[in-house]
Amino acid sequence: MRIGVFICHCGTNIGATVDSAGVAENAKSLPDVVFATDSMYTCSEPGQDGIIRAISEHALDGVVVAACSPRMHEPTFRRAVERAGVNRYMFEMANIREHVSWIGKDKEANSNKAFELVRIAVEKLRRNRPLTPKYFPSTKRVLVIGGGVAGIQAALDCADAGIEVIMVEREPSIGGKMAKLDKTFPTVDCSSCILGPKMVDVAQHPKITLYACSELESVSGFVGNFEVVIRRKATCVDNTKCTGCGLCAEKCPSKKSFDRFNEGVGTTTAINIPFPQAIPKKAVIDKSFCRQFVKGKCGVCAKVCPTGAISYEQQDELLTVQVGAMVAATGYDLVDWKVYSEYGGGRYPDVVTSLQYERMMSASGPFGGHIKRLSDGKEPKNVVFIQCVGSRDVSIGRPYCSGFCCMYTAKQAILTKDHIPDSQSYVFYMDIRSPGKGYDEFTRRAQEEYGTQYIRGRVSLIYPKGDRYIVRGVDTLAGAQVEVEADLVVLAVGVEAAANSPHLAEKLRISYDKFGFFMESHVKLKPIETNTAGVFLAGCSQGPKDIPSSVAMGSAAAAKAIGLLSKDMLESDPQIAQVNINRCVGCGKCINVCPYKAIREIDFRGQAKAEVIEAVCQGCGLCNATCPQGAVQLSHFTDNQILAEVEALCRC
Amino acid sequence: MSVLTGKERRIVGFLCNWCSYGGADTAGVGRFVQPTDLRIIRVPCSGRINPLFIVKALLGGADGVLVSGCHPRDCHYAEGNFYARRRLEMCKNLLPLVGIDPKRFEYTWVSASEGQRWQHVVTEFTKQIHALPPAPVFPESPEIERLAACAGE
Amino acid sequence: MSRNEPFGYYPGCSGQGTSAEYDSSTRAVCAELGMKLQDLEDWNCCGSTPAHTVDHSLSTALSARNFVQAGKQGLFDIVTPCPSCLKNMRVALRNMSDEHIGPQASKLLGGDTLQEGHTIKSVMQVIHEQVSANEIAAKSIRPLEGLKVAPYYGCLMSRPQGLMQFGDPENPMVMEEILAAAGAEVLPFPLKVECCGASMGIPLNEAVTRLSGKIIDLAAALGADVIAVACPLCQMNLDLRQGQINRAHKTHFQLPVMYYTQLLGLAFALPHNELGLDKLVVDPQPVLDKLANQRRAVANAMQTEGAA
Repeated sequence: MRIGVFICHCGTNIGATVDSAGVAENAKSLPDVVFATDSMYTCSEPGQDGIIRAISEHALDGVVVAACSPRMHEPTFRRAVERAGVNRYMFEMANIREHVSWIGKDKEANSNKAFELVRIAVEKLRRNRPLTPKYFPSTKRVLVIGGGVAGIQAALDCADAGIEVIMVEREPSIGGKMAKLDKTFPTVDCSSCILGPKMVDVAQHPKITLYACSELESVSGFVGNFEVVIRRKATCVDNTKCTGCGLCAEKCPSKKSFDRFNEGVGTTTAINIPFPQAIPKKAVIDKSFCRQFVKGKCGVCAKVCPTGAISYEQQDELLTVQVGAMVAATGYDLVDWKVYSEYGGGRYPDVVTSLQYERMMSASGPFGGHIKRLSDGKEPKNVVFIQCVGSRDVSIGRPYCSGFCCMYTAKQAILTKDHIPDSQSYVFYMDIRSPGKGYDEFTRRAQEEYGTQYIRGRVSLIYPKGDRYIVRGVDTLAGAQVEVEADLVVLAVGVEAAANSPHLAEKLRISYDKFGFFMESHVKLKPIETNTAGVFLAGCSQGPKDIPSSVAMGSAAAAKAIGLLSKDMLESDPQIAQVNINRCVGCGKCINVCPYKAIREIDFRGQAKAEVIEAVCQGCGLCNATCPQGAVQLSHFTDNQILAEVEALCRC
Repeated sequence: MSVLTGKERRIVGFLCNWCSYGGADTAGVGRFVQPTDLRIIRVPCSGRINPLFIVKALLGGADGVLVSGCHPRDCHYAEGNFYARRRLEMCKNLLPLVGIDPKRFEYTWVSASEGQRWQHVVTEFTKQIHALPPAPVFPESPEIERLAACAGE
Repeated sequence: MSRNEPFGYYPGCSGQGTSAEYDSSTRAVCAELGMKLQDLEDWNCCGSTPAHTVDHSLSTALSARNFVQAGKQGLFDIVTPCPSCLKNMRVALRNMSDEHIGPQASKLLGGDTLQEGHTIKSVMQVIHEQVSANEIAAKSIRPLEGLKVAPYYGCLMSRPQGLMQFGDPENPMVMEEILAAAGAEVLPFPLKVECCGASMGIPLNEAVTRLSGKIIDLAAALGADVIAVACPLCQMNLDLRQGQINRAHKTHFQLPVMYYTQLLGLAFALPHNELGLDKLVVDPQPVLDKLANQRRAVANAMQTEGAA
């Protein structure tokens, strides 16, 4: 074999702490290595050309690049060697940046380590065989998980491109958090006026099937051929019969049910349609309040329903669908702000969350657009906003910025003045973070045109005095303690990953960070992709995002899904398991452990043998480690190859 | 030019591609400084790891072996690390029987986002290995070689 | 630790002077509740505020010495009424294992070594842990019925959170539970852990009259008959300086400020001289009158009932 080795400097990223030229020089001594050199940026065009030239000049049939992580540029270099006529799997990488130069300061130790990593890459490469990908058909259908604005955008874009979409929404209606907003920044246009039509489009699009009150039960399969089980939770209302007339809610005697849509501002009935623009516009029974379930008798809604849609016996339903790609757009939830007992920890009725305040301001909200206090129904005159409640706070494990609270607080201050002209708003802030088109101008308008008083500092205590609240904080610009009398306090509560996000991530087999946000494949260059092919991210499931970014990400996820499914056949990774039929004793252990059912038993001249279904195998190698005979070997990760790597490290 | 005599020990790491290898990358991107002893061998899944690899490394002169995969329930291949967990625990129990200090081998779970955790794991394990005497030299045993080769073919 | 075994008792310097009534009422109440307090021999000042602002090793050594003394008496579980002493002693226990301060402080101990296993808690916390609400109620032969109490812990009792381990640092409920068990009507008091101005009374009197003024103002606005306190310095600022506060703000508050142990003592019908009621600056007589009236009213009602 004729191997060429290329050691990258990556500018000074590697070069500063690894002697790349020295490593290249040493690499010439390795078996089968006929050419070794160092280059400044191996991934650049001249760098790739250098590889291609060396392949033809030195008749190389294998290439090792020692540079960054293979998770970053392995595909890049594979394409490069392929352009030079070498099979793309006759290529190995040594990770001397993330695993060497960036984590060690000792140049001698680093260079030595880099060389050893090159050595194991060479030993592995010497045992590689050329591989050719196989092709398999895919299901041209996309599953969108979550019906907030990001999911809606992804679904509509896919559907408009002619791809079938299945949308799963946990709540009774799509619309997500945006549907709860009164107005949106920085244009102060009505949220439901811009979102409503999109929600209707989802309902009416012939290519979109919507399952509300539903959650993902399980996922199996792989890119192009996922099999998804959806749990449709019992709503006790037959959606095929319900016309959304609302008679049931009118007559329901249980009027003190928790109003989820209105964030607990006001109450609702046990059977209800969450809001007038709900999609689907179907009634849902909340079993924790319904008298039929709590007390065992009532049945009023069943009696009044003109279409006989009520069915108390309804059970959860499981539905299996085949999809080729999935978009996770599960959004966010608010941090549990009640950990802050200095803000009352929920003891004071007029200390509300920003989302509750949206409902209090909304014309379609429980107060019909007239802001009033939850305690006594009076119109508040002094409104204090506190930003960063549960954001940028290491003490409660939420060190990150929630991104959009500065902006919506400015918006809410402006709207407060619009609603109550003789009101005065105060905003306690840490920093004003408004990097967006027209955003900073907007926060200035709140201060200059609307007279909102911005106080830079944290609030240490809110306490009731008489029927008002004293908000005590610090003004760090004036260097003084301040106390503001407030009728209403609005907390800009920070964002956390939607409840149960880690659970969903585990089902989707994608990674999540310690806060539960889903991990993108690469922070900068692959923000939509995940490490599981065919699963894409949109919206706040990946991290806090405002509406424009969520919509953009929804479209981006759709573009990724459309791109993936635009090909009639998908290419499989040929680094899969293979059975040496002479060694196989037909014990079937590999069949049992395979998580993909990618191995089947065949009859070979009267003997049971294992056979790998190539398009299904995902290359985990479980079978390889299980086979007592060493008959199943994972290509490019064979026992011999791994042992050769071990040997290269130990016997030198 | 093997390990830097006196400075480093031979530590072999087997890391799954999806979580721990990514976690080690994250640690690198974050410039979380670590000891330089560890050499990482990338495998697709911790379930791919045959305990033989570990034993072979330790018999072959490695001072320590570190295995890391995705957190249980978080496997890229759904259930690979469940198999790994059983095998690795079994392997740890087996080591004293073949005359190897089980402190030379640890397995752990590190996700792709846990760069800091990876730094901690590497630092602690390296400390643990440095606290042990150098790896015992096992005589070249044709019998062991033959057995090992069987599985390796 | 059960209350049948003696606790080491550390009164703190204030207990010998400005808060002698806190000390005496604490001893009286603990005796009534069957908690044995054994005085530390040859104890010294915990270092108060000055020591640790000058030298951490010194302040650690000062407090550590008290543990050493206790150890010599075989006492390992110490209690103290004063939250400031408690904080200093806990900091000392933590600092003794600090790699920098520990060795230096040990050197200052001059040959004595601190043994393992020392703990220190506030008397309030120990009462709360060792005595059930039912037991307090049973002991309260003159329950504080009808008495509106504003519970005020001061800033130190619950903070710093990790060190003091006293429940929610912003909203502790221990004093409420104890006093409610004794029959009092305990008001939700939002400023219960706010600063009274502490030792600023001397260098910057305005700070104390302002901060303590707010506390008295709110307690009065809530209709409190008495402010219950647990810290000698808070008591002094609210009680002794109430006149200063009135002068500064042109107010006329006459709100009694009593230690929670004094209130418990009243409920347990302990002799007034043991409770040191005469040491209070703002006359507690309205409290006593209200309780007496309440008792009479109850007695009358029972008589009428009996007659009927």
